[in-house]
Amino acid sequence: MAMIEIRSLNKWFGDFQVLKNVNQSVEKGEVLVICGPSGSGKSTFIRCINRLEDFQQGAIQLEGKDIKSPEMNVNTLRTEIGIVFQQFNLYPHLTVLKNVTLAPIKVKKVRREEAETTALQLLDRVGIHDQALKYPAELSGGQQQRVAIARALAMRPKVMLFDEPTSALDPEMINEVLNVMKDLARDGMTMLCVTHEMGFAREVADRIIFMDGGEILEEAPPSEFFKNPRHERTRAFLKEIL
Amino acid sequence: MNYQFNWKLVLTGEYGQWLLDGLSVTLQISAMSIVFSLLLGTIVTVLRLTRVKPLEWLSLAYTEFFRNTPLVVQIFFWYFGSDPFLPGFFKEWLYQQNIEFAAGVIALTVYTSAFIAEEIRAGILSIPKTQLEASRASGLSFLQAMGYVILPQAFRIIVPPLISQFLNLIKNSSMVMTIGVAELTYMARQIEAHTFHGFEAFTASTVIYICISLVVSFAITLYDKHFLRRVRY
Ligand SMILES: Nc1ncnc2c1ncn2[C@@H]1O[C@H](COP(=O)(O)OP(=O)(O)OP(=O)(O)O)[C@@H](O)[C@H]1O
Ligand SMILES: [Mg+2]
Repeated sequence: MAMIEIRSLNKWFGDFQVLKNVNQSVEKGEVLVICGPSGSGKSTFIRCINRLEDFQQGAIQLEGKDIKSPEMNVNTLRTEIGIVFQQFNLYPHLTVLKNVTLAPIKVKKVRREEAETTALQLLDRVGIHDQALKYPAELSGGQQQRVAIARALAMRPKVMLFDEPTSALDPEMINEVLNVMKDLARDGMTMLCVTHEMGFAREVADRIIFMDGGEILEEAPPSEFFKNPRHERTRAFLKEIL
Repeated sequence: MNYQFNWKLVLTGEYGQWLLDGLSVTLQISAMSIVFSLLLGTIVTVLRLTRVKPLEWLSLAYTEFFRNTPLVVQIFFWYFGSDPFLPGFFKEWLYQQNIEFAAGVIALTVYTSAFIAEEIRAGILSIPKTQLEASRASGLSFLQAMGYVILPQAFRIIVPPLISQFLNLIKNSSMVMTIGVAELTYMARQIEAHTFHGFEAFTASTVIYICISLVVSFAITLYDKHFLRRVRY
């Protein structure tokens, strides 16, 4: 059984169809990279998976369970699927440690000491153990994004979604975030990453999909994707960003 | 004009005690109304943001209605006119209390909460939507996201307008003298009636109001600087 199964997904914003018959199956431990021009529906696509966006047609299953079925509580679904945003979206009024422990304590009812121990381990894993008592505004962009990753991991999700996690970063900070993501991928996390970091894609992606106008135009393992893209628009896109 | 100032008469002895008694009632009625109007204002605001249409309308009707009717009318309503609407057990309980005081607190609370709700709403709307999104994405419910993420940030932003709402409330509390609550202004009026030294009595009450306002705004500003930042959960 696939970790995530997406069948005939169609979504409209008003009259505008933003997703057109999207089908995907993501296995446990698989890393899927999603790329495509601005406005092609990449964010909308991954946000449907944790129901940040609603969709009108099609079905998404997490481990065989329909995410829209009545017995699947939306808050429970979201504890199983972590997401990291382009703009970090840390809570500015809470310390780094509290950013990471809030959801485990409040949603999963983990005991505070336990949540803090886990949080410190995760912060250690993303390389910012010593910043735990600072506020987000006191950290660099790269550090903030690593906190955001730790915050998502603190719920022990089965799947991680990334929406252009390095696009808002200064160039010298991109690698510190990508390295954390590569570690995660090697540890067997199931990941769906919207990114234009093709070095990252080449190194850890199992598959790359190229979206344009709400459709998946191309889908292939990295070697093939970069060597001989079949679609004209994929070639044009790759030429632009490589 | 040969008015003889007699500060000693008004500020000491029995009349001085009247002023202190009035001050004490003003502080009690203001403190209770501040706490209740903050709670009620928060609830009214959150209803407005639930995206459940009937709740939104209820909240909107509430703020518009209570902001746009004169406070004195509301005070009279709760004191003289609410009787037919109150459930029996509540009425019985109420008549055992100090009914004037209770009507005053209710009127001030309801009136001020409508203004506070609007301030809180403005504060919430100034927090980026991505904050709600990030908290919901981590599995927090709507109310949890409000309580731990959105409201703590919103309240920090609206401290200055909230202070001015509190100061308005303290000043407005003088209007409950119209239903016979023995607060500061009522007492000043009584001293005037007994001594004919209205100038001293009302000067004294004016100075007391100014002192309360200064202490309140200073205290909140201090609290804001040192504590509000450290949110606990
Ligand atoms: N809430 C919304 N209401 C209406 N239209 C929307 C909404 N959100 C996105 N869109 C539109 O849907 C399309 C796809 O948006 P989406 O954000 O998914 O694209 P994207 O591929 O992530 O682009 P980018 O690379 O710029 O992030 C765009 O044309 C966008 O304008
Ligand atoms: Mg996007």
